[in-house]
Amino acid sequence: MTRYITMRVLSTIPVMILVALFVFLMLRLAPGDPASVIAGDYATAEDVERIREQLGLSDPIVVQFVRWVGSLAQGNLGVSIFSGKPVTELIGQRLEPTLLLALTTITFAVAVAVPLGTLAAFRSGSLIDRFVMLFSVSGFSIPAFVMGYILIYVFAMQLQILPVQGYKSPFTEGIGPFFYHITLPSLTLSVIFIALIARMTRASVIEVLEEDYIRTARAKGQSEFKILMRHGLRNAAVPVVTVIGIGIALLLGGVVVTESVFNIPGLGRLVLDAVLARDYPIIQGLILFFSFIYIFINLLIDLSYTLLDPRIRY
Amino acid sequence: MSDQATLPTEPTAAAEAAKDISLARIALRNRGVFWGGAILILIALFAVFGPFFTLDPMELNPTNRLKPPGGAGTFGTDMLGRDVYSRVVSGARVSLIVGLVVAVVAVAVGLFLGLIAGYIRLADALIMRLMDGLMSIPAILLAIALIALSGATLGTVVLAIVIPEIPRVVRLVRSVVLTVREEPYVEAAISAGTRVPTILVRHVLPNTIAPLIVQATYICGSAMLTESILGFLGAGIPPEIPSWGNIMSEGRTFFQLTPWIIFFPGICLAVTVLAVNVVGDGLRDTLDPRIARNMR
Repeated sequence: MTRYITMRVLSTIPVMILVALFVFLMLRLAPGDPASVIAGDYATAEDVERIREQLGLSDPIVVQFVRWVGSLAQGNLGVSIFSGKPVTELIGQRLEPTLLLALTTITFAVAVAVPLGTLAAFRSGSLIDRFVMLFSVSGFSIPAFVMGYILIYVFAMQLQILPVQGYKSPFTEGIGPFFYHITLPSLTLSVIFIALIARMTRASVIEVLEEDYIRTARAKGQSEFKILMRHGLRNAAVPVVTVIGIGIALLLGGVVVTESVFNIPGLGRLVLDAVLARDYPIIQGLILFFSFIYIFINLLIDLSYTLLDPRIRY
Repeated sequence: MSDQATLPTEPTAAAEAAKDISLARIALRNRGVFWGGAILILIALFAVFGPFFTLDPMELNPTNRLKPPGGAGTFGTDMLGRDVYSRVVSGARVSLIVGLVVAVVAVAVGLFLGLIAGYIRLADALIMRLMDGLMSIPAILLAIALIALSGATLGTVVLAIVIPEIPRVVRLVRSVVLTVREEPYVEAAISAGTRVPTILVRHVLPNTIAPLIVQATYICGSAMLTESILGFLGAGIPPEIPSWGNIMSEGRTFFQLTPWIIFFPGICLAVTVLAVNVVGDGLRDTLDPRIARNMR
């Protein structure tokens, strides 16, 4: 067990190094001189030279990579070209809205999708089941921002019960305004997540309900609710939790779009602003940051399997 | 499909063609494939022939700005007085092209890498670690960064959408190859001294076709979504080519006044992707019972 955990934790290191290598090479393999790409179309020769020096682009490529990974290992993601601030500081400033948006979305999506999927599996073939399946196919087909605008149109413009956009911090402006503003973005972002989780929950529970121990539970007179909760859902948990982990990548991508629609000053907006300004250290730092979060969450999920299902041993 | 492949004899071209026709016929019996396919054909007809019957999607008409649907044009006009209907029809071309090209390229590259990873142990570790790394980067972010660096053209946008899709194909192909390589007919081919490329192409490749067709439809749908998201974020296809994504991006500023500029392309996009996904689900149920059982 300890051996497995150690191996699994260590196995994330090569993946992280590979991600770092991708991000590093992306800039170097781009057509043209990276320094002038970053400097933009209106840069003078001095600007290009300054950026080249700043990024250490005159050194051999292996030296650059080793130096860069070395500074990453010390938690240094580089310095923004335009504001001159460290990227870690910029991420710190923008972290709260994104983190809270992601958390409310996951909580809401799991709270809706798991019961929905379980119900669909329990009444497989019924009207509810068809509705859940229809919802999950549609959920994969509507882009998050269109969903966002539909919700804005209905709830903010027609019914006028929720604000069009904006973000209020629960720490400085109170928990009420926070939820008032986060509801629509959270709903928007959760649609695809609900579709994904409900679909997997349904498939997984249907499979479990065919097992012998379910028949045994029925035979001894266990109530259907307890069968579903104690035997069904519990045994179906591993694939469901796995798909939540995979969905984190979707969520992190969706954050960029949702923050843009609802004008939330989070990491997604930071990425977009950096893209428009070609502030490459910020783009680099944020891709790494998001990827490492994804890798870390999936590590936790892998390790949680033994807790969820004692039959899994390593 | 697999029955065909278990025979170590070479399938003739005629037999191959007959198999394709029967596959298509079986697939068409599925309601999802039929109706989804019908909608897609309709959209494709609009995309191909529609632009001949509309106004110029780039033509400015300053006196007719931000007109609601029904009056100046079927779908209204945008902030520069351009006809939204003409723009949406012309955007259909871009979406379908992006979806098709991304699906074909991602499947081709993924198939190649997957066959090698599944069959050659030495390459497996390297390729799969690379794919793990690539999969850890959120697709949208990767695409945005690639486009930010190389400049937005139709080609770079397609490439930026293809790259994050490749690992999924590689994993799928590899898993098929790993099961197929244990089959007696592959062992027979090995002991008969067949060269590795021949084994891969003649005995392993046919088994990957059904799951790949299914996967290709899903990639096509997801590529169209990604294209629209990139366009919406202003990091996609440049505004000279109207795409559903950049039409919606331009509609943002006036959304509260003129929501139709976002809704019409949005609905078209959702219907198209839905049709693609419904076809994909139908194909999965008919062509690929192995996955269908897991995903049912």
